[in-house]
Amino acid sequence: MPDFLLFALLGGIGVALIAGPLGAFVVWRRMAYFGDTLAHSALFGVAMGVLFDINVNFAVVCCCLLLALILVSLQRQHLVATDTLLGIMAHSSLSLGLVAIALLDDVRVDLMDYLFGDLLAISPSDLYWIYGGGCIVLLLIWRLWNSLLAITINEELAQVEGVPVARIRLALMLLIGVVIAIAMKVVGILLITSLLIIPAASARRLANSPEQMAMIASLLGVISVMLGLYASYQLDTPAGPSVVVAALIQFLLLYSLPLRRAV
Amino acid sequence: MSPTSLVDVNNLSIIYGENSVVSNVSMQLKQGEITTLIGPNGAGKTTLIKAILGLITPSMGEVNRSESLQIGYMPQKLHIDSTFPLTVERFLKTAAFSSAQDRLEALQAVGAEMLLKHSVHSLSGGETQRVMLARSLLRKPELLVLDEPAQGVDVNGQIELYNLIAHIRDQYGCAVLMISHDLHLVMAATDQVICLNNHICCSGHPAKVSSDPSYIELFGVPGAENLALYSHHHNQHDQHSENININTQPDIADIPGENHSSHCGGNH
Repeated sequence: MPDFLLFALLGGIGVALIAGPLGAFVVWRRMAYFGDTLAHSALFGVAMGVLFDINVNFAVVCCCLLLALILVSLQRQHLVATDTLLGIMAHSSLSLGLVAIALLDDVRVDLMDYLFGDLLAISPSDLYWIYGGGCIVLLLIWRLWNSLLAITINEELAQVEGVPVARIRLALMLLIGVVIAIAMKVVGILLITSLLIIPAASARRLANSPEQMAMIASLLGVISVMLGLYASYQLDTPAGPSVVVAALIQFLLLYSLPLRRAV
Repeated sequence: MSPTSLVDVNNLSIIYGENSVVSNVSMQLKQGEITTLIGPNGAGKTTLIKAILGLITPSMGEVNRSESLQIGYMPQKLHIDSTFPLTVERFLKTAAFSSAQDRLEALQAVGAEMLLKHSVHSLSGGETQRVMLARSLLRKPELLVLDEPAQGVDVNGQIELYNLIAHIRDQYGCAVLMISHDLHLVMAATDQVICLNNHICCSGHPAKVSSDPSYIELFGVPGAENLALYSHHHNQHDQHSENININTQPDIADIPGENHSSHCGGNH
C-alpha cells in the first residue's frame, strides 16, 4: 500500500472514531444545522489562519468557538428564530471566508481542498492533529458522558439535579468545533456534517442504548472510510465525497432491512 | 410540633418585560405536606414552580430553600427525541447512583415494574408519568415537584395517580408540590391548595378553597355542593371507581354548574 493511502486510511479512521459519539449527540439534540453552520465558518478560520500566519487547524478551532459563543448569546436575545439565525450565520460566514481568501492576493489557497477535503494529501503531521485532538475529544466525552446524556433527556431536569447545563452545552459545542477543525482535511467543510450525522443515524437502527449507538456510529464511520477510500482508489473518484456516498449506501441498506426496533 | 418548612417563598414576583407573570406570592412548603397549585392557563403556575426549583431568578422577593434540600422534579413533558435509544432501565440510571434493586423498588412503588425493559418511546401518557415519578424517587427526595402529573392521563388513571402520590408521600415522608387543573380530583389527596391567577387568589384547606368566592369566580363551579359529592365518591373510591369513571367529566371547570350537579345528583 502506498504511503499516501495508508495515511489517508489512518486519518479517515481517526476522524470516524471521534465523529461517532459526537454525531450521536448532534442527531439526538437536533443540532445538524448547527454543525453545518460551524463547519461553514471554518473557511473564515482558514483565511484568518493564513492572514495572521498561525496554524490553520488552531485558527479554525478558535473561529468555531467564537461562532458558537456568538450564536449562544444571539439565541438568548430571541431576535429571530434559531434556524433563521443559523442560516444567516452559515452562509455569511462561508461568504466572509471566501471573500477574505480572495483578498489575500499573495497567498494561493486551494479552495477545493478545504471545501471538499483532501484525504489523499494527509501528512504525518495531520495525523498527529487527528489522533492528538481526537484523544482529547474522546476523553472529554467520556468524562462528561452522564451530564451530556442528562441535558439531552431534559435540560431543566438536569439543572434541578445539579448538572451545570450551560457549561455542558458549551462544552458540547466546543467539542463539535474541534471535530470540525480536525475533520476538515478528510471530507471538507461542505461535507463534514454528513460524517457526523449519517453514521449516527444508521447506528440508530442497530442500537439499544445510547452507548451502543455511539460505538456503532464510530464503527459504521470507519467502514464508510474504508469503502470510500477503496472506491476512490479503484474508480479514481474524489476521496471525501466517496466516503460520504459509502455512508449513504450503508444508511439506505440499514433502513431498508426489515429490522425490528427494540428500544 | 409543626412540621419543618422546606421552602419559604416571600413576596415573589416574576416580571418578563412589562408583563408581571407572578406577583407578590408568599407560600410555604412543609415536610410531609401535599400542596396543590391550581389556576387557569397562563396563571403563572409553571413559572412559580420553576422559581421554586431555582430555574428562574425572581424579579422581586425571594425563595429560601432549606439547606441541601433534595428535590425530585417531574417536568410537564420530556420530549426525548425518538432517535435516542433509551430503555426505562437506562433512563432510571441517569437519575442518581442506584442499584438494580433500588430501581426495581422505585418502579414497584409506582406500580410500573413490568416496564423496566421497555423503550421510553413506547410508553403511554400514564406510564411515562409513573416512570418519571419512579426516577425522581431514586434521588430520595425531601420535596417532589410535579408539573401537571395528570397530563395525558384519563380520569380513572388520574384518580389512581393522585392516590399514588399521596401514598408515596406517606411512604417516603416527602413534601409534594404539584400543579393540577381539577381541584375535585386532587382534593382527597391534598393538604393545602393554592389558587393562583398571577397572584394568590385564595389558599388553604381544599374544602375551604372550593367554597371561596374568588375560586368560584375563576372556575365558575358552585363549588361546595359538587365537591361534597365528589368527596363522598372519594371515600368509597375502591368500591366505586368504575362509577367515577363514568360520571366524572374530564374538565369540570368547563361545565356549567347546575348541569353537572344534576348529573351527579341523578346518580346518587
